[in-house]
Amino acid sequence: MKTVTIDAKDMHYTPLNQKVRAAVADGAEEIILNNVLGQRFIGNGVRGNSRIIVNGVPGGDVCMFMSGPTCIVNGNAEHAPGNTMDKGMLVIHGSAGDAVAHGMRGGKVFVRNNIGYRGGIHMKQYEVEARPMLVVGGTAHSFLGEYMAGGLVLVLGIGQEKAMTDRGIGSGIHGGEIIIRGEVDDYLLGVGAKKFEFTEADLERTKPVIESFCEQFGLDPAPFLDTNYTRIAPASSRPFAGKYVWE
Amino acid sequence: MCGIIGFIDKTKSTMDGSKIKAALSLMNERGSGDGAGYVAYGIYPDYADCYALHVFFDNMVEPKTKVDEILHRWGTVVHQEEIPTVEQPGLKRVHTPWRYFFKPFDDMIGGKVGSEKDIIKHIVMEVNSSINGALIFSSGKNMGVFKASGWPEEVADFYRIEDYEGYIWLAHNRYPTNSPGWWGGAHPFNLLDWSVVHNGEITSYGTNQRYVEGYGYKCTLLTDTEVVAYLFDLLGRQHELPTETVVKALAPPFWDEIDRMPPAEEELHRAIRLTYGSALMNGPFAIVVASNEGIVGFTDRIKLRPLVVGENGDKLYISSEESAMRVLDPEVKNVRTPRAGEPIIGRFNA
Repeated sequence: MKTVTIDAKDMHYTPLNQKVRAAVADGAEEIILNNVLGQRFIGNGVRGNSRIIVNGVPGGDVCMFMSGPTCIVNGNAEHAPGNTMDKGMLVIHGSAGDAVAHGMRGGKVFVRNNIGYRGGIHMKQYEVEARPMLVVGGTAHSFLGEYMAGGLVLVLGIGQEKAMTDRGIGSGIHGGEIIIRGEVDDYLLGVGAKKFEFTEADLERTKPVIESFCEQFGLDPAPFLDTNYTRIAPASSRPFAGKYVWE
Repeated sequence: MCGIIGFIDKTKSTMDGSKIKAALSLMNERGSGDGAGYVAYGIYPDYADCYALHVFFDNMVEPKTKVDEILHRWGTVVHQEEIPTVEQPGLKRVHTPWRYFFKPFDDMIGGKVGSEKDIIKHIVMEVNSSINGALIFSSGKNMGVFKASGWPEEVADFYRIEDYEGYIWLAHNRYPTNSPGWWGGAHPFNLLDWSVVHNGEITSYGTNQRYVEGYGYKCTLLTDTEVVAYLFDLLGRQHELPTETVVKALAPPFWDEIDRMPPAEEELHRAIRLTYGSALMNGPFAIVVASNEGIVGFTDRIKLRPLVVGENGDKLYISSEESAMRVLDPEVKNVRTPRAGEPIIGRFNA
C-alpha cells in the first residue's frame, strides 16, 4: 500500500492541504498526518478512495465537500466536520464542536462521543443513493437536525442517563429522520418535529448503520439492536407553508 | 467572527504572555488584522495598590494636559510613563499608549461618590466622553489591557507581551463586522478591573446602552462590547450580584425553562428576568469576562458562537477553539462545550 506521512507540526493549513492534495493526486492510498493542531479545511473537496488519518485536533471544516475518501480523526474535531460532505466516511475518535455534518448531502459522519449545537443542520438527501448519515455515540446539544431536509441523524446516548436532554430537536425539520436512543421528552422537540414509534421495520433499516458505527469504534452492536429508540420526523412535508403567507 | 481566549491559574502562579500570543495567533483565521488585544492580571505587583490607567493619547500636549488636570483634581499620580512598545512593520502607530499609577484622594469620597472605584469610573467616563485625543482603555488595579489595530502577533510584539507575567489572561483577535476597526475598538474592553473579550454581536445594544446610561455610564467606543463591561460593573459591583446571577441576567433561561424549574429556583429566575429585563443581551455572542476575583465565560442563550472549556489541575482554559487551548497546555483535560448561557467560572483558591 502506498502510504504518505506528513508532519503537520506548526504548519499552516494552506501548505498542509496542498500536500494532502498532491498525495491524493499521486495515488497515495493512505495519508497519515501527524501533530495536527488547529489546521482548517483538511481533506476539503478531496475525491477518490484514499484513507486520511489525522492524528491530533484538526481545525474547522475537516472533510468539507469531501467526495469519496475515508478520514479517521484520532482526537476531537472543531466546528463543522463533514460540512457539505458528498461521499465517503469521516470517523472522529472523540467529540466535535457545533454544526457537525452541516449541509451534508451524502456519506457518513461517525462521532464516538458528543457533538455541540446544531448537529446535522440542513442535511439533505437525493433519493436513496445520496442519503447522508450522522451517528453520535454520546449526546448532542440543542437544535439537532435543525432545518433538516433529508438523511439520518442517530444518537446512541452511550454513557448518558438520557441520550438527549437539550431542547429544539428537529427544529424546522422538513425531511429525513432523527433517531434517538430511549425516550425523548416532548418539550425537547423543536417546531415542526414530531415523535413516531420506532418499529421492527425501522430497526431493520437502521441495523446496518448501527453495526457500521460499532465496527469503527470496536463496540459490540448487540446491546443497541432493539426497538428502544424514538424516531423524530417532520410533522408534515411543509411545516412552514403558512409562515410567510397572509391570506 | 472573532477568536477569544481566557485563562486563570487558581493558585495565582503566573504565566508570561508568549504562549497566549501563540495560542491567539493559531486562530488568525478568526480575525482580519483590524484589532487584537490582551489583558493580564497580576502584572503590576510594585503598584498593586494603585489604579493602573492605560491611556491612548493622540498627542502628548493638549489631551495629556487635560487628563493630568483631571487626575490631579481627584488624586495622586504615583508614577507615570509611556507603555514600552517596539515598532512593528505592519502596525501603524496611531496613538501613544501611556500609563498612570493613580491613587484617588480619600476625602473625595462622599455623596454620590461612594467609593474609590466610583471616582475611577467617573474619571474614565469624563475623559472618554469629553477629551478629544485621550482614551482611558484600562483602569483596574494590578492589571492592564494592551491592544491595537493589527494581527495578534504584531500587537503582542508591539507591547512586548512576553515581558508581562499574569495569573489571568484574556486575549482577543478581532474581525470587525458592523463597527469600525480602530485601537479603541479592539478588545479587551475594560472598566475598573472588569475586562471583556467577545465574539459576536450584541443586537440588544441600544436597550442595554440606554439602561447603563441611566446609571452614569457613557458608551463612547463605537462598538457593542463596551456595554458588557459596564453591565458587569453595574450588576456585579454596584448591585453586588454574584457572578452566576449576573450571567443569568444577561443570558437568562427561556420562560418555558423557568416554568419547569423547582419553585424556589423558578422564583429567583423570574425575579432576575423581571428586574433586569433591560440588561438581557440578545444576538450571537461568546464572552469571557475577567476581574480580580476570577474569570467567567458564557454564550448567548441559543449558542450562536463557539466556546470550549478545558482544565488541568488549577488551570482553567476557555476558548473559541480547542486547538488554542492545546497550544497553551498540550495536557489540557476535560475539554467540553458548555451549554448555552451556562456560566463557566474560575475563581482563585481560597
